Amino acid sequence: MSDLSTTSAPRAPSRLRLASSHLDEMVAHCLGAYPEEGCGLLVGDAVTSTVAAVHATRNVAASAQVYTVDPGEHLRIDRTAEAEGRAVIGVFHSHTHTDAYPSPTDVAQAPDTTWHYVLVSLRQEVASVRSYRIVDGAIAEEAIEVISI
Amino acid sequence: MPEVNLPTLLRQHAGGERSVSVEGATIGEVLEALQSEYPGMAGQLVTPDGQLHKFVNVYLNDDDVRYLDKLDTKVLDRDMVSILPAVAGGGA
Repeated sequence: MSDLSTTSAPRAPSRLRLASSHLDEMVAHCLGAYPEEGCGLLVGDAVTSTVAAVHATRNVAASAQVYTVDPGEHLRIDRTAEAEGRAVIGVFHSHTHTDAYPSPTDVAQAPDTTWHYVLVSLRQEVASVRSYRIVDGAIAEEAIEVISI
Repeated sequence: MPEVNLPTLLRQHAGGERSVSVEGATIGEVLEALQSEYPGMAGQLVTPDGQLHKFVNVYLNDDDVRYLDKLDTKVLDRDMVSILPAVAGGGA
């Protein structure tokens, strides 16, 4: 089970819509990748910020501190998404020992200002999942809206 | 001319187009042509010293050009060049 409790930090108006099964997939992949950071891409509708599929990918950095999505897998996922009329709308990765909050590394390397950045923290016994927008170095947490699919 | 697929962030500099066609016989020439034709992309693909930016992945069809001849990789008119951002970060 994942912790989706809110914090007192101010929230941006955007939100990420996904199914509970998507949350389960992300957490399961990150737990399976431990002690390395797990990562993957989110495919869906960029306009409605709705996730259609979670694509776990290989962390080619193979590290407990950093991740790099396998570039070849990214290419394949991007092409498949386009063929389906969808898009890559975000990325998820785990923090094995820190909070579910973007690190300076995450902010500096955020590849796309339109993406949603989901952090899965494995710091506590119960995984914590939070989502953010990162634009020009500014971090804004957004709500995660669990929907039925 | 080879077709170049653009990542989301670069499309704004190309009138919102997902793919464009530019001249170029090598990856380096294609990227140079992109930056010349779409000035908003300047500095985002190739570093000042002429290297592929480390946060950019470029594919010639299905192959990462870093494993081919990098910017000297030959490009044919029927080829597809795909540009994607490197997706990386971490808790560190």
